[in-house]
Parts: sequence; C-alpha cells; structure tokens
Amino acid sequence: MATLLGSTSDLERLRKKILDSEDRGSKPVVTVCCGTGCQAYGSQKVMQAFADEMERQGLAGKVMSRGTGCHGFCERGVVVILFPDEICYLGVKPDDVAEIVSKTLIGKEIVERLTYEDLATGHRCAKEGDIPFYKHQSRLIFGNNRFIDPKSIEDYIAWDGYSALAKALSKMTPKQVLDEVKEAKLRGRGGGGFPAGTKWETTRDAPSDKKYVIVNCDEGDPGAFMDRSLMEGNPHSVLEGLIIGAYAIGAHEGFVYVRQEYPLATENILLAIEQAEAHGLLGKNILGSGFDFTVQVHRGAGAFVSGESSALMAAIEGRVGEPRPKYIRTAVSGIWGRPSNLNNVETWANVPLIINKGASWFKAIGTEGSKGTKIFSLVGKVNNTGLVEVPMGATLRQIIYDIGAGIPDGKKFKAVQTGGPSGGCIPERHLDTAIDFDALSALGSMMGSGGLIIMDEDTCMVDVARYFTSFLCEESCGQCIPCREGLRQMSAILKNITEGKGQEGDVELLEELAEVMSDASLCALGQTAANPVLSTIKYFRDEYEAHVKEKRCPAKNCKALVAYYIEPDKCTACGLCLKNCPSGAVKGGKKIIHWINQVECTKCGICFEVCPKRFRAVAKLSGEVIPPPPQEPMPVVAQQKG
Amino acid sequence: MKTVTLEIDGKEVSIEEGKTLLDAAKSLGIDVPTLCHHDKLAPHGGCRMCSVEITKGKRARVVASCVYPVEDGLVVKTESPRIIKIRKMLVELVMACSPRTKALEDLGARYGVTGTRFKAEENFCILCGLCVRYCAEVKQAHAIGYAGRGVTRRIAFVPEIASRTCMSCRECFALCPTAKLPRETDGVCFDGLTIHDFVAEQNA
Amino acid sequence: MTETESAVGRIIDRYGGAKSALIQILLDIQSECSWLPLEGMLEVSKRLDVPLTRIYHIGTFYKAFSLVPRGRHTVLVCTGTACHVRGAPTLLDRISEMLHLNPGQTSKDMKFTLDTVNCLGCCALGPVIVVDGEYHGKPTAADLQRIFEKCE
Repeated sequence: MATLLGSTSDLERLRKKILDSEDRGSKPVVTVCCGTGCQAYGSQKVMQAFADEMERQGLAGKVMSRGTGCHGFCERGVVVILFPDEICYLGVKPDDVAEIVSKTLIGKEIVERLTYEDLATGHRCAKEGDIPFYKHQSRLIFGNNRFIDPKSIEDYIAWDGYSALAKALSKMTPKQVLDEVKEAKLRGRGGGGFPAGTKWETTRDAPSDKKYVIVNCDEGDPGAFMDRSLMEGNPHSVLEGLIIGAYAIGAHEGFVYVRQEYPLATENILLAIEQAEAHGLLGKNILGSGFDFTVQVHRGAGAFVSGESSALMAAIEGRVGEPRPKYIRTAVSGIWGRPSNLNNVETWANVPLIINKGASWFKAIGTEGSKGTKIFSLVGKVNNTGLVEVPMGATLRQIIYDIGAGIPDGKKFKAVQTGGPSGGCIPERHLDTAIDFDALSALGSMMGSGGLIIMDEDTCMVDVARYFTSFLCEESCGQCIPCREGLRQMSAILKNITEGKGQEGDVELLEELAEVMSDASLCALGQTAANPVLSTIKYFRDEYEAHVKEKRCPAKNCKALVAYYIEPDKCTACGLCLKNCPSGAVKGGKKIIHWINQVECTKCGICFEVCPKRFRAVAKLSGEVIPPPPQEPMPVVAQQKG
Repeated sequence: MKTVTLEIDGKEVSIEEGKTLLDAAKSLGIDVPTLCHHDKLAPHGGCRMCSVEITKGKRARVVASCVYPVEDGLVVKTESPRIIKIRKMLVELVMACSPRTKALEDLGARYGVTGTRFKAEENFCILCGLCVRYCAEVKQAHAIGYAGRGVTRRIAFVPEIASRTCMSCRECFALCPTAKLPRETDGVCFDGLTIHDFVAEQNA
Repeated sequence: MTETESAVGRIIDRYGGAKSALIQILLDIQSECSWLPLEGMLEVSKRLDVPLTRIYHIGTFYKAFSLVPRGRHTVLVCTGTACHVRGAPTLLDRISEMLHLNPGQTSKDMKFTLDTVNCLGCCALGPVIVVDGEYHGKPTAADLQRIFEKCE
C-alpha cells in the first residue's frame, strides 16, 4: 500500500517508519544477487532454497532474505552476502544453501570453499570488503545495488532514497540545482563525455512551451552492461536523478528509452515508475512543491544506431530510429522540435549524489578533466569479469590486475578495447595511463560507455578490426555514402586480409577510407566507425603486415591462415582427437600416431581443445610449412607415454 | 527577416537567416555538386557530396552544406583539398555499385576520377532517396519506401503495399540519377498489375 | 474482422492510437503474433494514419521484428565483443550445424528460429545463448544437445 506523500516531511516520516520497522536493522539479512547474469546461474532457485531451508531449520521470520540487483562480480555468480557480518559467498548453488544456513546463519562459521580465493596466493577472504575485486573499487553509485530489492521502493527510501529530490524541491531553486550540477563538472557517462550541466543549461534556456528530459538506456556497445545493471538493480536512483534534472531544466515530461534486449530492466523501471506515482513522487505537485512531472517508458526494437541522440528521439516520435543530418542541437530542437535533454543512465544516477553531497565533494573525486567515478564493464580474457566502479584517474593496470586478477590460463595481456565500436585498442605499454575522458582520447581510443574488453595473446587484432567493422556494417542506418559504402569496402578488405587474400596497399586504402568516413559521415557512428581499424593499425601494424605479406596470423586465430598439426613425438594415440573429430580428418589407430588430413580438416579446433594438457600434441601452425603426413602408420614409441 | 553575412570561397554574401550554405553558395553562382538534392524536396543530407569546409574562430570542420544553416561570420570553402579528397572517394564508392552511370562519370570527371578501386554488388542504387522522398513529399503517395539498414539498406516497392497508393505517374523515373527505375521497369510500373520486381522486397 | 485484426485493434487501443507509439505497438504485435503479418501492418497504418511504407521500413530496420512467422523456439546466440573474444563464432557454427539453420532462418517444421543478437549484457557468462528466454552460459556440445532435445 502506497502512502501518498504530500510534502517532504511526509517523506521523512515514511522513511523513519520504514527504518524503525521491525524487520530492518535488527534482523540478519541474506542478500542474493538476482541481476540477469546471476539469474542465468540460477539465483531464483537459490532464493527458493534459502526460503525452504530457513523454514526447515527454524529461521523463518528471524532472518530476512532479499533478492537484489547486480553486485558486479558476475564471473562468480550466484553472489550471496550475509549481513550484518558481510560474509560473501561466491558461485552459490541451490545445493550449497543448506550448509550456509546451518553452518553460517546458525553456527556462525564460515563455509570456506564458498569464499573468495586469491588465485596466486590461495588466501581466502570471507568478508565482502576484503575481496580484492571489491576492495579496490569506489562503489559510490553501484554499491547500493547490494542493499536494495529493486522491486521495493521502501528499500530505496530506507537508503536515503528521494532525499535529494526533497532537498532540491524544497530548499533549492531550479537554477541552484542546475548550477550545482554544472559546478560539479559532471560529464556524460554514455560516451560523449559532454558536460551535463552545460547541456541542461542549453535546454533550459532554449525558448519553447514544452521541454523534455530523456534517459538513454539503449546501451548498445557490445560488452557493456553497466546501464542494464543500474536500471535493473536501482531504477529509483535513475528516476530520482531524472526528476531533479527535469526540475532544474523546466521539463514536465520525460522518457526512459530502454533497449528491447533488457526485459528485466524494462520491467523494473516500469514498476519503479508505478510506485513513484502511487507515492506522489511523480505526477502532479510532487511532494507538495507545485512541480509536475510524468515519465513514459519507450522500448527499443533492436538497433545499435537508435542509441544516438537524434535517432533515439526520432524513435520516440514513432519514426524510424535513424540519426538526422541537421546541425541544430537536440538540446535546442529535439523531440517534435522541442528542447530535449538526453543523458545516459549512469549520468542521471550521479545527480542525487551531487545534490545531497554537493559539487565540492564530487569534484574532489577524479582527475582535473573528469570528475567523479565511472562504472566499467570488465569483460573478455580476464579472470574477474564483472562491473567495476572506480574513481576517474584509476589506471588500466589497477583495474585489470588488482581488481580483475589478471589474464586467465597464464596467457599474456595484449590489449584492452575501450569505447566499443567507436573506440580503439590500447596496448600493454599504456596500461599505467590514468583513465579519464581526455587521456583515452589522446591514446586514439575513447571512454565510450565504459566497456573494457580484455584481449590476450590469442586474440588477432586484425580480426578484432574485422569484427567491429562487420558489426557496424549491419548496425549503420545506411543513410549516408561515406559510412555505408565506406564500411562495406573496409569490411571486404579486412575479410580478405584475414582470409589470406590481403594485398599490398590494403592498409593504406583502409586509412584513406577512414579519413573520409571520419570527415564526411552524417553522424557520430560513421565518424567514429574507423576507430577500431585505425587504432589496431596504429599499435599492431605488424599483425596486419604478417597477414598481408606472409599470409600468417601471429595469434593463430584466423581460420584460413591456421592449420592444425599433431606433433608425432608428443602424440600418445590416446584417441580423443580422432573420436571427437566431426569431419573424420584425424587418422590413426590404437598405438598408432595420429595425424590430420589437411584437405579434410575443417579447422573447427575440437582436436586442439580435447588433446589432454599433459600431452599438448596438437599444435596450431600459421605461416609455416605443414610437415607432410607419415608415409606409413607410425607406432607410438614406448618412452613417449606419460 | 534577419540577414546574416558570411564568406564563401573568398566572396562575401548576405542572405536570410534560415537558409542553408548550399542556398548561399548557389546565390553566388558557386556550383556545389550534389546527388541527393532536389529543389522540390526537403534536404536529405545523405550523399555528403555537398560537403564543405567551414571555419568558425579556429576550428575547421566538414559539414553538409544542404542542411547547415547560414551563420554570421562563417568562412566557407567549397573546394578545399580536404573536400576534394572526400568527393573523389564518395564518387569512387558509388561507382562500385553503379558502374557506367553517366551522372557519376560526369561527377568523377570533374575531379579526375575515371574509375573505381572498389567492387560491390551492382544494383545501380546509390540510395539518394529521391524517389522515396518525391513520392512522399510531392505526390503524398508513399508508394516507395526504404527497407533494412546498413549495407543491406535498399529501396522497396512492395507490390502489396504500393498497389494501394501508387498512381503510376512515373515521375520518379526522371529523378533517378542512375536511371535504374525506368530501365528496369521497361517504362512500366505499378498499374494495379504485377510489377517486375526490380526493387521489390522478397519476404526472405 | 479477422483474429489478427482484432488482436491488433486491442493493442492499438492500449496506446490510445498514438502515432508516437508506433514502434511500441509493433513490438506488442510481434510479441503476441510472433511476427508482423501484413494485415496487422495495414490495420496499424489505417488506425494511426501512418504510411505503410514507414511501417515496412520499421519492420525491416529493427532486429526485433520478423515479417515471416517465427519458429516455436527461438535460439539467440550473442555475438557481442566479449562473447566473440570467448569463442562465440565457433559456438554459432556448432549450433548452426546442429539445427541445420543459418542465423535468421527458421526450420521448415517451424520448430526453431536461429538468430544472433548483439550483446545481452551477460558478458561474464560468455559465450551466451538464450533459448526461449532462458540464458545459458558457456554451453558445451552436451549442454546444447540437452537444451534442444527439451524443445518440442
């Protein structure tokens, strides 16, 4: 049942009532991460197991359980935290729950095998705050995810929710709110890094009868899922930021645009809006301030380009979500020609913090040009995959090694791709760069929305360029010649290079195309489309040259340039590769050394995968002459075994 | 109506606010090449052939003149080396999908481009959008539209859709810079009868 | 009035027939009918007074829409960057072989539709596939066999 809050005092009374209620503060809480990632690991079953076990072991009513949004440590889902002691268990399965309940909740003992183990030292951490993955972060925005059930507005209010809105509406004028955000030097977190306060001001000052504010939750960069987790896990924080912004700008209608691929985020923001309306935090005369504001949710339909500001606004109007070529800023003329302020999810989520703690506090965090924290998605070839929040100015090395625990399987780091399809790759020698908007741009990449894709020695950088180009070929709207035709030709050239058909002059032609695409494209997608190609050429030109001149893939990744070969002096004829080969290319027999018929081989890589590590008899060759098959069946020699 | 003054290729021009750089260039008799522009239609900004270099203060950048509004104090170059590089590449790119096309060969000749280094499927559509926009804005029939996106973007004259609104006026034929429309339909278009599916969308 | 037309009519009413809700309406039709039938598009065009060519463009522009009926079970393979780096292309090839389908295709018996999707935001599970809304991370060949056998 919702309490209609007619004033900021009503809100404070409700907050006190929630905090004082029997369940909060006094009872222990079992928190289970129910973000999309952990749900795939079975968090709903874990939740159910806790409910059942607590009932069975007599704890029902004595211990609370809460399903929350994403905690960030996605590699080790399902993540469970037991409060008040902050015991963190990782990789929890339904079968583990009985032990957790009896041993930890009742027996006050730790279940060691479920705690974090340092890969290098074997040292275990039971407390969440001690785990290196979390210890080195500054979870100012993301941290509340672990305390809040996103479907509960009471949880949000218990954690100071809507106090910033109350402060803004009752103690500040719209101009004061805007000035605070401007003073804080908050830069957009969606990719552009444009000063939010300046955009707000442009929108506020543009003459019009109506203005709009928009949340961009289209998060199209593959590998980035910060916005998903914020929107799923703490939708009210985004909503609160949006209402404050609307107040500052003078907008009475807002839109939340969510990608179609995020059903849980859509569900949770819709529920949050419904709850906020029921409590009088949205609608007419919010908290008795006289300020009216309503919000609508718009779903995307599966197009990366629709995340571009003007494209998104076209989609809200019911037109095809493609960018428009006009040069009038959307802050001045956006949806239906009216001033529209669009900001990213994370940008809006920073606003309540800035209002509550002040611009000076915010500015003390970060670097000269980039204030505050940034949430990154740390993914790819890294041990601790997940979402990471650090102050601007943290280094790539700190994130990848201190938080991420380095590269799995003892492989060597090669590059980190930042900025998605508009960004670039950064090699090892720049790992000590302090991350901020300007530093990453100076390196030939960009911050983008915050995706950090880690690549190791087995990643082919030419293939990375090919991958991004082919992604953009499909995702470009196709309106303009430089982007559409430029990408088409770049893609054809890169495909040829990875297939061993590269020619002298190909790299130079790519650079020529890149220049025109960057100068003449209609929108930022086209203008930045060549960045992955240019940055890989800049830092890994040797790989391009190996592909073109030697028909060799240094990373041994590109199928057409790789051959699989069984080394006769390592093969013990265990038969695994022969058994698993889908095309029958592997020949051999009992105690007969196996060999691969190169003509029949489809290069699926299964033999390489299944050959036991202690033998490592299957080798990948590239750019070398493949030794010929044996003239006659060779028996395995005794000393080779074992 | 307020007037603004700007400089194009060294010449000063004063023109109504709200006009585009292309309008201003035309008023000075400067011929800026275009592929998707038409006086009866709203500017499209898709071909980027009309790109020009503008300088405001210290920053120089490239913009599409057909959609960029005139501004006081702007300095515009319509044929700088940067612009010529762009136009040459654009012509080369569209020549790949539309070879032996007079309009493109003429444009190429202007900049010394006689052929293309590129290959593409020869569908003779450069997606200038003139047919789509004319049918929508002038005839208000909306019989031709776009379909798809990215490198598979195409124009679509879907019989089930066009049969309801195409007036068979054939005015789109004359607009087509590659003469794809008249050539592939042999001069016959939708009369409520089956059409030769030159741009028809097959439900794949 | 056909069944499709009345279903579409109800969906349009849900949004008060607002033009700006065009994409939302089409999403609901796709969800309820598993595709965008022409008669549905015609009804939307009529009720919202938007050109059919615009609806057709939207239907072919966005990945969510299908202009032909989709299979009973949708298999989506994520081809986002993180999944790509973790072997999504190989996984896609394997699934493609198992189902005898290329991405975008539906099997003749209307059982399966295979498609790719550009990042679901579950990168830690990569490579990820979604079958009928259920997420599966790092599926082995045995896992895939099990998952597909369960589908009727």
